[in-house]
Amino acid sequence: MADGAGAPLELDPEGRPEDLEQIPITREELTAWYRQMSLIRRFEELAAKAYTQRKILGFCHLYIGQEAVAVGAMAALRDSDVVVAAYREHGHAIAKGVSPRAAMAELFGKAPGVTKGVGGSMHMGSAEHNFFGGFGIVGGHVPLAAGAAFAARYREEDQVSLCFLGDGAAQQGAVFEALALSQLWKLPAVYIVENNYYAMGTSLDRASFLHDMSRRGDGVGMRRWQLGGFDVVEVYRNVRRAVEHARSGAGPVIIEAVTYRYRGHSMSDPAKYRKKGELESFKTMDALKCAAERLVAEHGVAQKELDTIKSEIEDEAQDAYAFAEQAEDPDPAALYDYTYATQRGT
Amino acid sequence: MAELQLREALRRAMTEEMRRDENVFLMGEEVAQYDGAYKVSQGMLKEFGEKRIVDTPIAENGFAGIGIGAAMTGLRPIVEIMTWNFALVAYDQIINNAAKIFQMTAGGYRVPIVFRGPNGAAENLGSQHSQALESIFAHFPGLKVVSTSDPADAYGLLKSAIRDDDPVVFMEAELTYGHRGEVPDEEFLIPLGLADVKRPGTDVTLVSWNKQVFNCLLAAEVLQKDHGISARVLDLRTIRPLDEATLFRCAAETHRVVVVQEGFPFAGVGAEVSARIQEACFDALDAPVLRVTNRDINQPYATNLEKLVVPSVAAVVQAARAVVNR
Repeated sequence: MADGAGAPLELDPEGRPEDLEQIPITREELTAWYRQMSLIRRFEELAAKAYTQRKILGFCHLYIGQEAVAVGAMAALRDSDVVVAAYREHGHAIAKGVSPRAAMAELFGKAPGVTKGVGGSMHMGSAEHNFFGGFGIVGGHVPLAAGAAFAARYREEDQVSLCFLGDGAAQQGAVFEALALSQLWKLPAVYIVENNYYAMGTSLDRASFLHDMSRRGDGVGMRRWQLGGFDVVEVYRNVRRAVEHARSGAGPVIIEAVTYRYRGHSMSDPAKYRKKGELESFKTMDALKCAAERLVAEHGVAQKELDTIKSEIEDEAQDAYAFAEQAEDPDPAALYDYTYATQRGT
Repeated sequence: MAELQLREALRRAMTEEMRRDENVFLMGEEVAQYDGAYKVSQGMLKEFGEKRIVDTPIAENGFAGIGIGAAMTGLRPIVEIMTWNFALVAYDQIINNAAKIFQMTAGGYRVPIVFRGPNGAAENLGSQHSQALESIFAHFPGLKVVSTSDPADAYGLLKSAIRDDDPVVFMEAELTYGHRGEVPDEEFLIPLGLADVKRPGTDVTLVSWNKQVFNCLLAAEVLQKDHGISARVLDLRTIRPLDEATLFRCAAETHRVVVVQEGFPFAGVGAEVSARIQEACFDALDAPVLRVTNRDINQPYATNLEKLVVPSVAAVVQAARAVVNR
C-alpha cells in the first residue's frame, strides 16, 4: 500500500451505493463542515505548539489530514447515536459536540477538561454527547460499539453506533469478534476504518495481506465498501447510506475511508518511514482545500467569506488555548472520586 | 426456608432481578437453549425468551465487550463465563475497559455489569481448566470481586452484584454447584464487601472464601476434636473491597491467622490478606500469618497428583496447629 501512497486514489467501487451523487448538499451544510474541519485543524496545530512547550504531556496523536472523515461521518448521525473512537480522537470528540475549550483543557490536564484531567488525550469520553471515548488499547474499543448497538436493539430504539478504527486496529482479534457478533445479530452499527496508511510506523502492506480493510467484513458476511476520505462531501454521502442501512434494521456495515495523517503517529514520531514526496502528494488532496474549492465552485461562496471563517475559527481555537492555559489544575481531593460509582476510594 | 443447590440459588437471584428490572439480561455460551453448561440458567429461556437469555458463540473477548458497551448505555448485563479460565481471552475487556471506563470518563459512564461463572479446580481437568483467578482480577481498582461459598450467600450477593453500578467479577465453583444450603424464602440482599464468620472460635482464625471455606469448616472440626483448638472460620465472600474491619477484628481477637486459598501463592489474595493483617495487627499477633495455597505448580491431571497440588483439610489442620503451637 505504501507503494501507492501519494498516487491518485484508486478505490474499489464494489459494494458502494450507486446513488450517492443524488444526496443533496446545501451551502449551509458544507460551510458548517468546512468551519468544523478548519477548527479541528487549527485546534490541533495549537495543541502541537503546546506540546513542544511541554504544556501538554504524555502521548498526543494528532488527526491533522484526516478531518474530513470525522466531520463528514458525524454529519450523518443524530445526536442520540453513539460514537466510539480510539486514541487519535480529538477531532472526533469535537465533531460529536465536545467544546474546544473542554477538549483543550483536557489536553492541558486541567479541571474543566472534558474528563476533568483524568482521561487525557486518549480518553475524551463524554456521556452528555453520547461519545464513549477515547480508548488506548488498539481495537479494544470496537466491541463496545457493538454493545451500544445491542442495547439500542434491546430497547427497540433506533440509535446507531458509529465506530472509528484504524488500519492498525483492523489486525486485532477483538475487531473480528465484534464484527462477527454484530453481523450474527444484525446490530445497528457502522464501522469505519480510517486507513491512514500506517499503524505507527508499519505500513499496511507490511501488516496485512489485504489492503482494503473493509474486506474484514467479507469473512463475516457484512455489507462493505471503500471510499475516499479526503472529500467531506464524499464521506458524508457514504456514511449516510451506511447509517441508513444500519438504522433500517438491515444489519451492520463496514466501510474503509482512505485517508492520510500529515503528522507522525504521535508527537514524538518524526515519521521517517514516509517515502520522499509522499506527504506533499497527499496534501494536494487536502480536506480543507477540497471543501473550499467545492464551496467556491459549486455554491458561489466568495473567498472573503472563507477568510472570515478562517478568522473566526482562529479566535475560537485561540480562546480554547487561553482557556486551557488559565484553567485550574484538577483538585487533588477528587483523586479517589472516580474509581467506583458506588463507593469512594478502594 | 427452602434448601437450594448453589446453582438454584444463583438462578433464583438472576430470575428475581430479571423480573424486577427489564434492563437485566443474561448472555453467554450455552446459557439459553442448552440451559447452561452447569445448568445455572436452566429454564430461564422459557421464562424470559431469547431477547433476554442470549446464547453467544465462543467469543469471550467480543461478548464481554458487547456487555460493557451495553452497560454503558444503561442496560445491566449478566455475562456468564463458562469457566473463569476462559475469561483470560476477555481479560483486556474486563480490565482495560470495564474497570477503567468510569474513571477515564471522570464518572460520565457507569458500567453496571456482572461477569459470573465457576472458578478454581474441579476434578481432573488439567492445567488450563483448573485455575483460581481471584487475585488477577482483585488486583485492579475499578472492579469488585466476589468469590462465594454457600447458596444463601450466593443468592444475596448476586442480587447485590446485579444492582451494583460498578463492574463485578462473581466467582462460583463447579464442584459446589450441587451443594445444598438453607436459603430463606423471603427476598434478601447481602451487601458486597462484608465478610462472614461461618464458625466461631477463639484460638485461631481460618480466613478463606469460595469452596475452601468448606475445607476450613472440616479442618475446624478436626482441630476441635483431635487437638482441642478452637478455630474461627471467616468467609471473606468479597475479595474487593476487602472487609478489613472484620478481618482485623478477628486477627486481634484470636491472635493467630491462617489464610486458606486455592490458586497459586505468588502474589495471591492470601499474600495480600496476610500483608494487610501484619501491617495493621502486628502487636496483636502471637505468630506469623501462614498461608495454605495450591502448590506453586500448574495443575496435573492424574488424581493422585492433583490431590497433592490443591489445599487439603490436613494441610489446613497442620498450618493451624503450627501457629497455635499445639
